[in-house]
Amino acid sequence: MATIGIAFGNSTSSIAFVREDGKVDVIADPDGDRFIDSALSYVGSKEYHGAQAIGQLIRNSDNTVVNFRDFIGVPFDKIDATYSEHSAMPINVDGKVGYEINGERITVDEIAKRHLKHIAKDAEDYLGEKIEGVVMTVPFDFTKEQKELLTKISGEAGLHVLQLIHEPSSALLAHLSAKEELLDDKVYVVADFGGVRSDAAVIAVRGGIFTVLSAEQTSKIGGSELDSALMDFCAKDFKKKFKTDATTTDRSYAKLHAACLISKKTLSNVESAPVSVDSLAGGLDYHTSINRMRFEVVARNVFSQMAAFVEDVIKKAGLETLDIDSVLLSGGSSNIPKIARNMEFIFPETTTIIAPSLDSKLQNPNELNCRGAALQASLISSFDADEIRQSQEPDVISTKQLSQPIGVKGANGEFITLLPKNTVYPIKKVISLEASADDVLVELYEGKRTVKETVEEPEKDEEDEEDEDDEEDEPDIIREVVYVPSKLLGQLALKGAGKGKKVDVIINIRKEGKVQLTARAGSAVAKGVIV
Amino acid sequence: MSLPALSSDITFNAVSKFSEPVVAAVEPVGQYFLAHATRTLQDRTWSEYERIKAEKASEEQSDDADDSDDFDEVTDEDLLKHDPRDWKTCDLYAVLGLNRLRYRATSDQIDRAYRKQVLTFHPDKQGEKGGFQDGFFKIIQKAYETLTDPTKRRQFESVDEAAEVKPPSGKYEFFEAWVPVFSSEARFSTKQPVPELGDKESSREQVEDFYKFWNNFDSWRSFEFLDEDVPDDTSNRDHKRYIEKKNNNARRKRKTEDNKRLSDLVKKAHSEDPRIKAFKQAEKEEKARKKWEREAGARQAAEEAKAKAEAEAKAKADADAKAHIEKAEHKKSKEAIKSAKKKSKRGIRNAVKESKYFGDDGKAALIDADIETLLGYYEFDELVSVAEKVEGASPEEVKNVLQESAKKSGKTFVYF
Repeated sequence: MATIGIAFGNSTSSIAFVREDGKVDVIADPDGDRFIDSALSYVGSKEYHGAQAIGQLIRNSDNTVVNFRDFIGVPFDKIDATYSEHSAMPINVDGKVGYEINGERITVDEIAKRHLKHIAKDAEDYLGEKIEGVVMTVPFDFTKEQKELLTKISGEAGLHVLQLIHEPSSALLAHLSAKEELLDDKVYVVADFGGVRSDAAVIAVRGGIFTVLSAEQTSKIGGSELDSALMDFCAKDFKKKFKTDATTTDRSYAKLHAACLISKKTLSNVESAPVSVDSLAGGLDYHTSINRMRFEVVARNVFSQMAAFVEDVIKKAGLETLDIDSVLLSGGSSNIPKIARNMEFIFPETTTIIAPSLDSKLQNPNELNCRGAALQASLISSFDADEIRQSQEPDVISTKQLSQPIGVKGANGEFITLLPKNTVYPIKKVISLEASADDVLVELYEGKRTVKETVEEPEKDEEDEEDEDDEEDEPDIIREVVYVPSKLLGQLALKGAGKGKKVDVIINIRKEGKVQLTARAGSAVAKGVIV
Repeated sequence: MSLPALSSDITFNAVSKFSEPVVAAVEPVGQYFLAHATRTLQDRTWSEYERIKAEKASEEQSDDADDSDDFDEVTDEDLLKHDPRDWKTCDLYAVLGLNRLRYRATSDQIDRAYRKQVLTFHPDKQGEKGGFQDGFFKIIQKAYETLTDPTKRRQFESVDEAAEVKPPSGKYEFFEAWVPVFSSEARFSTKQPVPELGDKESSREQVEDFYKFWNNFDSWRSFEFLDEDVPDDTSNRDHKRYIEKKNNNARRKRKTEDNKRLSDLVKKAHSEDPRIKAFKQAEKEEKARKKWEREAGARQAAEEAKAKAEAEAKAKADADAKAHIEKAEHKKSKEAIKSAKKKSKRGIRNAVKESKYFGDDGKAALIDADIETLLGYYEFDELVSVAEKVEGASPEEVKNVLQESAKKSGKTFVYF
């Protein structure tokens, strides 16, 4: 019996499981695809799934269903069917979204169920054992009804859903677990550029617990916009060469789309890629070669929208790019180097951009969601259903968090952060500081965020974010977030610490908000409680 | 980062509470969230939870302790000055400083011990110090070579006397004394794991398995290590063969001796094992109890028979007593009858005599004879009634009664 993680996406779905040695493996379907296309195609009574269904788009687009995940649990009149234009069009089935396949009206629930059945079978075939439970990822904006419906559909498909987790959290969990950085208190932007939609979330990681500060999603930008840009370019080129329009029929559209998709993916790894389609339209073959620069130019619009989208989500959280410690790029489109470069541009130098084009050792950004789900599945597999349900109750999930950072005042009057903002308590934290004299004073403060602007030569400050921003006229204005002690919470004297010795400052905030402050150096101990 | 110096004279001063917290939903993912959920659901404080977690972790890691302290320094002068040509006679574990670990040393530990020894005893290092101990370095290399080759290591371990634990003698506590012996011998077993001696509480099955295992002990111990060096030059084939043969014989002999030693050892332990004794005792008691149970039927029958016999005897005694009483009574009545008869007879005779033989004195002898015949004839009842009739009666009446009864008797009388 195994527990697995499934990332059910609009474009692709993937399956992962945690091996006995703790490593996460992503499972390939029988065609060898790790990113199984979320597509179903029907020819007569025969059902095709995954890449085979996508292949059917060329000749059998009317009976091929793609991009249906977001339609689950949404009434027909509220959907945006843009991405179904070149495949089976959604129809109204009793107010729900459905498709007409070979004259039969099938609801999207049934389509999702059939898709998940294939996924379940692939996983079972690969693992050789029954799937006991799954953790599935859903977008952050999935409603409660959608979640319940998806759980029900999965159950009918033979997948017992243990938990549904949000895609950005799952991706972040996968990344931080692999890097073993869960306990570093940082603020992340998780930007998920998928096939037909993009999601971004600002997540504060505090003591390994994630709090989503803001989230945004859009179906206006994604991989398929990039495909369209590339296709437009090729179609224009084709028209120029042969005076024939290649986008008029679904068939030529599908052919060109498939070729552009491959070229786009290739361009993430090499500088130039061919686009070649036999008999694209009017019996004419199309062949050209496109380089990365060209692609970046033709899709410039989309790329800048992506950057703006990320900036929006940060603004929504009430933060500035200065406050972001790291940007994690996930989703298939995040393989594109240009996106990572854009991120580097909009964020200060101190912000780490986590993208495969910048660090080849990273996990595939498209696998992050399912990897996170698999990790979560293995974590909760030892819990029973009741415990899992209880842990998701509002009284566990909604937590009291510090509204201001808490720290101690250093010898030079600086603020040394113990617990950053948004830290969930109860918590206990220890930091080691040096004693500047035999007897030292530990002053517990709340910190206040200030932005320090320095021209040129920045004074290196270890404690917080700093920013280097190229503004047009003045070349070197360094903006950095500096926390300064604002509200004194308590003072604690530690006598006999010994000059130059290490002092452990321990803060322990109880559930009810009682703060216990302890300072320890060797055998010298001082304690105090702030109620 | 450092802490400022204490300037005022305070110990602790609580100034204010931190700002109002914000309430926000966290994402239910990751191990730290689950820890938070567990804490919240079980209503534990951070410290309690940490303590429980630490306890669990320490349980898991207790075997994983750092063992760098397990290596010993080589201080034995004799060992340091040992002739490298006779390296086989050295204690190779001691050479690497693994005196305490010995056969328990893992290959990783051997590697580390070797590296440590090389750093200390490499001729270059020793040269710096002045003491040139090239010989000991050679022994270290030999020891490492031997102990890292599994076959050679077994050969050495087979003859590693320092690791041997002698069977106890004198007065000792059984388990305390024998556990180290068996755990030391266990290393020679081809079958692993080896059952443990256990303790007083071990079940009979465990104990029996233990002795069964040791009685069928399959040892890989061999004695090649003590072989005399076989000359590898081809100059003297006969001599070579002779040495080989001698070695083989010596090995076989040692192996036989070792097998005997082990079997004696197991026998000794078995004979001393308090559990075996207890089991035997228990078995005996059990047997006795079974026997007792098995014979219950017979015993009952015997008891019944006995009771019956007793009852019969009693009944008989009762009957006898009754009979006796009856007899006595009978006798009494008989005697009474007899005396009554006598009395009656006497009465009749006297009545006859008193009536002067009815006036016929002359015929007194005849009458007496008739009376006697009559008396002999009378039944007891008649006798009594006659006696009553004649008593105090007149002679005629006596005569009439007698004559009447004489007539009735039908006998011939002279007088009547």
